[in-house]
Amino acid sequence: MKLTGAEIIWECLLREGVEVVFGYPGGAILPTYDALTKYPQIHHVLSRHEQGATHMADGYARVTGKVGVAMATSGPGATNMVTGIATAMMDSSPIVCITGQVTTSAIGSDAFQETDVTGVTLPVTKHNYLVTDVADLAYTIREAFHIARTGRPGPVLIDVPKDVQNAVTEFVYPEDPIVLPGYRPAEGATDEELEQALALIREAKRPLILAGHGVIMSGAMRELQAFAERTQTPIALTLLGKGAIPEQHPLCLGMMGMHGEAYVNQAIQEADLLMAFGMRFDDRVTGNLDTYAKTSRKIHVDIDPSEINKNVRVDVGIVGDLRTVLQQMTPKIEPLKHDDWVEQINEWQDDTYKRDIINRPAKNRLYAAHVIHDLWEYTGGKAVTVTDVGQHQMWEAQYYPHERPQTLVTSGGLGTMGFGLPASIGAKIGKPEEDVWAIVGDGGFQMTMTELGTAMQEKVAVNIAIINNAYLGMVRQWQEFFYEERYNATPMVNPDFCKLAEAYGIPAIRVTRREDIKEAVEKARAYTDGPFLIEFAVEKHDIVYPMVPAGADLDDMIRRPSATPDMV
Amino acid sequence: MKHTLTALVENKPGVLNRVVSLFRRRGFNIDSLTVGRTHTPEISRMTIVMEGTELEAQKVEKNLFKLVNVIQVDQLNGKPTVSRDLALIKVAVNSSTRSEVMQLCDIFRARIVDVSRDSVIIEITGDERKIESFTQMLEPLGIIEMVRTGVVAMGRGEHRLSPEGYQPAPTSNGKTYKSVL
Repeated sequence: MKLTGAEIIWECLLREGVEVVFGYPGGAILPTYDALTKYPQIHHVLSRHEQGATHMADGYARVTGKVGVAMATSGPGATNMVTGIATAMMDSSPIVCITGQVTTSAIGSDAFQETDVTGVTLPVTKHNYLVTDVADLAYTIREAFHIARTGRPGPVLIDVPKDVQNAVTEFVYPEDPIVLPGYRPAEGATDEELEQALALIREAKRPLILAGHGVIMSGAMRELQAFAERTQTPIALTLLGKGAIPEQHPLCLGMMGMHGEAYVNQAIQEADLLMAFGMRFDDRVTGNLDTYAKTSRKIHVDIDPSEINKNVRVDVGIVGDLRTVLQQMTPKIEPLKHDDWVEQINEWQDDTYKRDIINRPAKNRLYAAHVIHDLWEYTGGKAVTVTDVGQHQMWEAQYYPHERPQTLVTSGGLGTMGFGLPASIGAKIGKPEEDVWAIVGDGGFQMTMTELGTAMQEKVAVNIAIINNAYLGMVRQWQEFFYEERYNATPMVNPDFCKLAEAYGIPAIRVTRREDIKEAVEKARAYTDGPFLIEFAVEKHDIVYPMVPAGADLDDMIRRPSATPDMV
Repeated sequence: MKHTLTALVENKPGVLNRVVSLFRRRGFNIDSLTVGRTHTPEISRMTIVMEGTELEAQKVEKNLFKLVNVIQVDQLNGKPTVSRDLALIKVAVNSSTRSEVMQLCDIFRARIVDVSRDSVIIEITGDERKIESFTQMLEPLGIIEMVRTGVVAMGRGEHRLSPEGYQPAPTSNGKTYKSVL
């Protein structure tokens, strides 16, 4: 069968099971867009900016576990994707980006809309390709999907010059196994590694599991719970690890790190064995490395060999797929009891004021923590939440417990403001049956609010909660703590978000009192014809407690002020 | 201390760029990097010499291994190894110093490969220390210019780096796979 390169792209995407592509057309990718008319099985979502398209693909990938696909033209189209690609890279999200490129003969001549896209994206992709021969196209696309979804997942970019899209070749889909001699994702642990790990586990009196995104990506939720229960080991979660175990599970302590609860960080500091499962000791979870977890021995299981001993020296490093490793490990360990240790952590837990915050009187004020807590209550704790970056993101992590994996989508590693709205659109398209909520700040929302147009055009029934404190709240918080309250460049004069929504034909409600939250949330949930927007006008000078100042010791936290009715 | 790593990589344009970009963005300090083809045309071999701790050398090794185009990586430190560096050195000579230069070449088993009226080019092969002591001896005579290839290294005897059943991928047209990067 003779096909053009453009047609081969769609044929290959179909064979990868792609149903939706997020993108934005332009000159150098036009042959591919033109060929799409022959493939009605694939739905194209027109974003309003290429960054939005990559975040949508990312959000789609994170809730479905499938590879998200984004498409853009050469030059500015491709460079606009860079933030989205870097976001996916830092959070190991599997996306494939296909970009048009100027014709092969024009490459290197500074042609119109030419950029060295494989050069630009080299440090922020797991791998990338420039395809200069149409005969390589099918193989390359197959390799790209394989690399994106296997091992430690990540973004892969394929740059396709316009003449390659137009070139005609005999299309035979390659059925033979993928040959990638330099790419061999790890599988399980060796017997020796298992024995070393088991010896440490048997000796431990105060063990603690640090569960990260890897648990969810390897699908090891059940295995994690079984292992933790068998060894009676408490679990602390990273931000992206939320959902690795139901947060109401008695062994689940909640989030660790900079804005984790103090007792979680204290448990890390006082444990005698840390088992890091699919997490990478990011500086936001360790604080000062010189004083981090000095009393414990450490086992680290990660699929990426370069993560072992990167930030924290460990006693046993196991490179492997977490699910496989836990399946190997759990049957080999006899049931263990750590009642005293669990009791001790529970005692520390009583010492924090989280409950008091939730119950503190609102007194006609609207606190963001209340908004998130009530949102959790009125969505039955079952929503898929997609956050932006900043204070609201941390409040979400603190006050919205997640019971299932793939129900929190957030930019953890790169901390990309503007991620929330487009990622929520991708998430809702990927899981239309879920109650998807974009929880965004007024700052981040305005970075990509242009994607309201996409949500409108596609009638994506995502609920958008803007936590509006008229500040770049997290930066303001740092200014309050560390820059003597010089609130420079953080106050925001915002538009009327409800009127903005109205311009897009999106129904919107402004909430200013706690007692109005319920009705607004119920209205949003009942409306399924398209997006729904709620603006929560919250307290301007609120703070995310507790907090480990950047670079400070993990247990040196700025704690919540003790609960008094009048505290702010 | 110095660490020597050696890697087999796919011989594709752009692979060197991937390796160098990795070193730059991870902040690895590289003394020298050499690359050239092997007896298998699709595979090139790199020798990398770096300054750093054992832990840093491990980080370089693991990150190299992560690159899709890198087939094998090995650290040669502590293993029996042959390592060689080649230098071309242009030295100023006159009638009174020429014989001294020739004597030094004899002692160091270097060769004079070009002679002109007031200079010679010397070729010397050896490990880094030998080349360094040779240049120290030549310095008073006047080194005009110098170029070195950087270290190439190979494990002795049984210690070998093999691509483990490497085969180039075919394309749908049956040609050899070539991706231009």
